[in-house]
Amino acid sequence: MASQSTFDRHLIIRGLERCSTPRFLLWLLPWVLLLAFGLYGAGLCLVRGLNQTNMDNRFAFGLWIFLDLTVIALGAGAFFTGFLLYILKKKELKAVINSAVVIGLVCYSGAVAVLAVDVGQPLRAWFTFWHPNTHSMLAEVTFCITCYLTVLVIEYLPVILRNRKLRQIPSFLLFEHELHKLMYVFAGVGTFLSFFHQGSLGGLYGVLHGRPFAYRAGFALWPSTFFLFILSAAAVGPSFIALSTWVVSKISRKRLARPEVYDLLGKVSGRLLILYVLAKTVDTVIWINATSPDRGFPAAMFYSWKPFGTWLLFAEIALFGLLPALILLDGKRRRRMPWLISAAALASAGIALNRFVMTIQTLALPTLPFDRFLTYFPSWQETATFLAVVAFGVLVYSFSFRYAVLFPQEKELNVAQPSQPEPELVAVGD
Amino acid sequence: MSTTTAKNAKNARYGMVIDLDRCNGCGACMVACAVENNVPPAQAKATARTGITWMRVENVANGASFPEHRTAFIPIMCQQCGEETPCVSVCPQQAVEVDPKTGIVDQMPQRCLGCRYCMAACPYHARYFNWWDPEWPAGMEKALNPEVAPRMRGVVEKCNFCHGRYHAAKAKAAAAGRRDIDPADYQPACVEACPTRAIVFGDLDDRSSQAAQLAKSPDAFRLLPKLGTEPKIYYLTRRPWVREIASASSPAEVRRG
Repeated sequence: MASQSTFDRHLIIRGLERCSTPRFLLWLLPWVLLLAFGLYGAGLCLVRGLNQTNMDNRFAFGLWIFLDLTVIALGAGAFFTGFLLYILKKKELKAVINSAVVIGLVCYSGAVAVLAVDVGQPLRAWFTFWHPNTHSMLAEVTFCITCYLTVLVIEYLPVILRNRKLRQIPSFLLFEHELHKLMYVFAGVGTFLSFFHQGSLGGLYGVLHGRPFAYRAGFALWPSTFFLFILSAAAVGPSFIALSTWVVSKISRKRLARPEVYDLLGKVSGRLLILYVLAKTVDTVIWINATSPDRGFPAAMFYSWKPFGTWLLFAEIALFGLLPALILLDGKRRRRMPWLISAAALASAGIALNRFVMTIQTLALPTLPFDRFLTYFPSWQETATFLAVVAFGVLVYSFSFRYAVLFPQEKELNVAQPSQPEPELVAVGD
Repeated sequence: MSTTTAKNAKNARYGMVIDLDRCNGCGACMVACAVENNVPPAQAKATARTGITWMRVENVANGASFPEHRTAFIPIMCQQCGEETPCVSVCPQQAVEVDPKTGIVDQMPQRCLGCRYCMAACPYHARYFNWWDPEWPAGMEKALNPEVAPRMRGVVEKCNFCHGRYHAAKAKAAAAGRRDIDPADYQPACVEACPTRAIVFGDLDDRSSQAAQLAKSPDAFRLLPKLGTEPKIYYLTRRPWVREIASASSPAEVRRG
């Protein structure tokens, strides 16, 4: 703990080894610069208007909506890990729940911040609560994301209040203790809200009956994409938690969780992913043979505009769905870290590809018979705004990692060999 | 006339029939629409995809070489969908609604969040976002239509069959003690401006109206018929190739042709 300032040293949890203060500040510097650059881009969009973007009347959604949907799906690891731990009592996941909550908070708050820049009249956001259209999937999304973000803040509070300095204040300690006892309630509420809004995000596209590429038949009120988005987010969430834990472990050069934790995350992810791949395949077959042609659009047409050929569909289902699912289902491979992390990365990329297809390909494809296929490339202001979210996420996570206990097993795992890199996973029972 | 009497006026289902064989692509309808509805001139940086044209005229060709080469023009505006109106159900804050009295799909810019979900939902690409603040060259703002509120930056707008004119016709009928408006008092600007009388407007439920009769012509069709949106804009053509292109269910049919 050399070179840490006195103030900094007193904030760090006792028993956890953290880098020196200058080194930490050096790590923060590029992210702060990126955040400032991104805020400048976002500021231009807010002050001068959305003419600063490359979106237009045809490409009404762009980079922001695509990446918002992606980070919200990846942030699903928070609600699903909470569900597994507090509701299904998978105690092993206590090792990563705090990290999952921070990732969820970062993903959701970042997505909401970008949405505030993305809408033309952000000061009217409250209209959705005042004049809600209960038939609109976007109204559902707004309600659920707002409520779930509140739940995430509540779930994040105990993580912060467990800080060494803050624990010295008795009322904080008591509050944290009482809050912790109620955590299963918040986990349950969070799970419900998150399930619902992940579904509503899928429903956003599935209900577009004027866009046969996105439109899907469904069950009762909800198109099939409602259920596919829930399943895909639940499947990839644990993978992303494993992936992010591994990345943090590599950067911090510390063991953060026992092999059983990675194994469990991989196993859950694999089982849900194979279910998703099956459901997505059935849905695609129905869409190709019935839903789309019934509306006058042969599905093959959608893939006749390059570069969005059938390879995209294959990549989405097979390369980024089936392949990681098979790896994660194979206990032997799953227990080897390179396989597990590769599969988790593939699955995470797969969900990004799915959200890309639903957002960008849907809008690029023509609908009117005399329409043209369109292209879109984001402006630097759009890219910078999103990079600000990435920087914000890294900064919040970095501070949380340094001053809070994100991985309860870290202390004991790093006592004997503090700088030991992550070992191969040992065999554990399925 | 009392408000109660006005409320008892019979419901209408306003629509248009556009004769593509008469349309010569002059664009007078676009200009009239912009002037009537206070659509600002395009910003210097605006493109065809960021400008606002509640009405746009598409140009299609038969694909043949000279001397068989032929072109046609298809004016496109909000198709005023009658069933499963794609934009209405998606708006999160009820800024879009179908007026049951007129069948007109109304956009309320003062309630619009600018999320553009309705634009993504519209298969006819008939909705426009205000990417810039509306600005008129000095002096030109004096020529603005006082019956229509200009829209601010960050909201969506679209054709509403010249709603200002509808209100004026209603007020005129009320002043004359009539329950229903005189069809001659309510004609959108594009209809009046068309030099070839290619656009006919009227109540599609009124069998005596010219629009209702033309909509039942064997030469009439609507865009993207299989989507089930039941638009209230009909097109007419007696040229088979124009009909083949314009009435196709999807771009795929045209590509095959």
